[in-house]
Amino acid sequence: MNLKPETLSKIDEVITHYPTKRSAMLPLLHLIQEDIGYLPEDTSEWIAAKLDLQPINVLEVITFYPMFRQKPIGRRHVKVCRTLSCALLGGYKTCAAFEKEFHTHLGEVSPDGEVTVDFVECLASCGTAPVVMIDDELHEKVDVAKAKQLSDQIRAEAKQR
Amino acid sequence: MIAPAKPDLVTVNIDGKEIAVPKGTNVIEAARLVNVDVPHYCYHPKLSIVGNCRMCLIEMGMPAVDPSTKAAIMDPATGKQKINWIPRPQIGCGTNVSPGLHVKTLSPMVKDAREGVMEFLLINHPLDCPICDQAGECKLQEQATGYGRGYSRFIEQKNVKPKRTQLGPRVTLDDERCILCSRCIRFSKEIVKDDVLGFVDRGSYSTLTCYPGKKLENNYSLNTVDICPVGALTSSDFRFKMRVWFLKQTNAIDTESSVGANTVVWSREGVIYRITPRRNDDVNDTWLADSARVLFKAVKASDRLTAIKINGTDGALDVAVNAAAELFKSNSAPGAIAVVGSGRSSVEEQFLTRKLADALKASTQLVSRVGQGDQLLISADRNPNVRGALVTGLITALPFGELTGLGAQIDAGKVKVIVAINEDLAAAGLTSAQLTKVSVVYLGSHFNASSAAAKVVLPTLSPFEKSGTFVNQQFRIQKFFKAVPGPVGATDDLMVLAKLVTAAAGLTLPAEINALWKVIAAEVPALGTMAFANLPETGLLLDATPFAALPFAEGETLHYKPAQPAVAAATA
Repeated sequence: MNLKPETLSKIDEVITHYPTKRSAMLPLLHLIQEDIGYLPEDTSEWIAAKLDLQPINVLEVITFYPMFRQKPIGRRHVKVCRTLSCALLGGYKTCAAFEKEFHTHLGEVSPDGEVTVDFVECLASCGTAPVVMIDDELHEKVDVAKAKQLSDQIRAEAKQR
Repeated sequence: MIAPAKPDLVTVNIDGKEIAVPKGTNVIEAARLVNVDVPHYCYHPKLSIVGNCRMCLIEMGMPAVDPSTKAAIMDPATGKQKINWIPRPQIGCGTNVSPGLHVKTLSPMVKDAREGVMEFLLINHPLDCPICDQAGECKLQEQATGYGRGYSRFIEQKNVKPKRTQLGPRVTLDDERCILCSRCIRFSKEIVKDDVLGFVDRGSYSTLTCYPGKKLENNYSLNTVDICPVGALTSSDFRFKMRVWFLKQTNAIDTESSVGANTVVWSREGVIYRITPRRNDDVNDTWLADSARVLFKAVKASDRLTAIKINGTDGALDVAVNAAAELFKSNSAPGAIAVVGSGRSSVEEQFLTRKLADALKASTQLVSRVGQGDQLLISADRNPNVRGALVTGLITALPFGELTGLGAQIDAGKVKVIVAINEDLAAAGLTSAQLTKVSVVYLGSHFNASSAAAKVVLPTLSPFEKSGTFVNQQFRIQKFFKAVPGPVGATDDLMVLAKLVTAAAGLTLPAEINALWKVIAAEVPALGTMAFANLPETGLLLDATPFAALPFAEGETLHYKPAQPAVAAATA
């Protein structure tokens, strides 16, 4: 595990928040995913050693939650809502637009390594459907045109880096 | 007189039947005591309770009392105290009894609940019992018949999961059949402390898995197969070999070590197919080591002795016994004959061995077999019946190390004849040079260096082919029964020993076990009150105090604590 020093210190700190070490498993998983972007294969063993557990105990948790990723994703995570309101108002078209813009498929890393497009369940903004969440930022009423505009923006930001 | 300690008893009412049960009993166990079956999958009496299968749902209620006065509210219709029934079903496994608890296991609500649970369990379960190896001993099959609705409303596609995962060297997993009861996971974690199994993914994709790169390969892995209520975990050795309803079950005892785990031997037409544990809460609970389950492979081994040999040529039993008697007669000087008995022989055989040694004025010794205990069901003493030899008086001290004393006596020319009973003298420390200096009378089931060197070879039976008793490390005398007939050419050990005693001393002893036990009861004070037929299935504890000073090799195992651990450790 190649974690940043600040992640490591956060991890050591968060373990002290709980009466039993095992309870710190979810926060630890989140911290590692924030740091690396996904949970590499050796996460289970690393956390198990850290919390005096067996690796299988950690793997059970990782595979239980869809929010934990076991494979790398692009630098930006485009989450398109596909629950009823968004689906009715064109969420699938929005998603297809993102896929086309970045020459990628659902759940895959785009060839330029910039984005991963995913469907997600309700983002709790049905009034402004269809909605898209890019990393932690919510974008409302994202039709195909706005999807193109957002894609351009992502590419522009990528160029500045 | 001191009154026996009385556990706190709680009176409960199950389906109208009142019963007093110990405090802390759960509803499933309480119902069992009044012969009411509460169906369940995830609950296992020896594992922690998780309550995830929901099959044991019952309806429960408590006697009604007035909240302010605490006076009982009577039901005018029946004249009895009114019962406040909880409007929702409760799980029986996770509900401990409390005074006055009322339980209904046959009400419409319970019936509905069971049908609902069964329907959900069967949604993704393959309905191919005719080709499933668990059929006939499958809880899901039994309870679908007993409590299911009888037909399926599910028209969608069933889940597809891995069909034959090798979880370890001895266990095969069919994930589609798994109903996610988690017994195997809890067993691995709680009993063997080898936490390698778990559920990955969730919902209908939940899959029982071994952690990638690890294996379910501990020496107790096959217990997961026993406790699996469905055909998900199967023994790689036994699967698809035989339908269980064709098999005859014979109670037996594990001969692997002095723990004396209770077993059932499953056989058909003289062939043994598998060995499973038999519940004995004082010895092995419901567990058995994997290594104990392959012992039956020796029954059909190619090195079985099946021919009586006298100086290398085949002969009849009586001729061989006469040849042995000649050897005994020509070496009648005291101490010229040594008897090497066995801690693997039954109590009855050890008794006859002692009789033979007495008649021959021979010295007696046992072969020590000390290994590493695993603190669960394999003890350090790998002889199943050293204590039987102590009880019957065959030996007075524990066997220790190799037979060097006997070897020295051979070298000194004192010992001329050795009667070896199912023990390989070469493996026990005698050199081949020493073996050539003596005449060996060998009784045993398998070929070895001693049988090869013996003047007289008398093939006998393996533990699966005879009945008898063993005394385990707790001084618990437990009986085992003949599961399969012995091979042609092999004679019952008791018959051979009785004939040798007759030849040596002119004394006739019965070779039939029940008749022999009358003699044993008369001559061995510790067994004076017993008869073979009357010994309970779970064994009987003998008085261990006469042997309390002996430094037994065993360390702590399940349900056994050594009396003097310090002494045992010092000599081991």
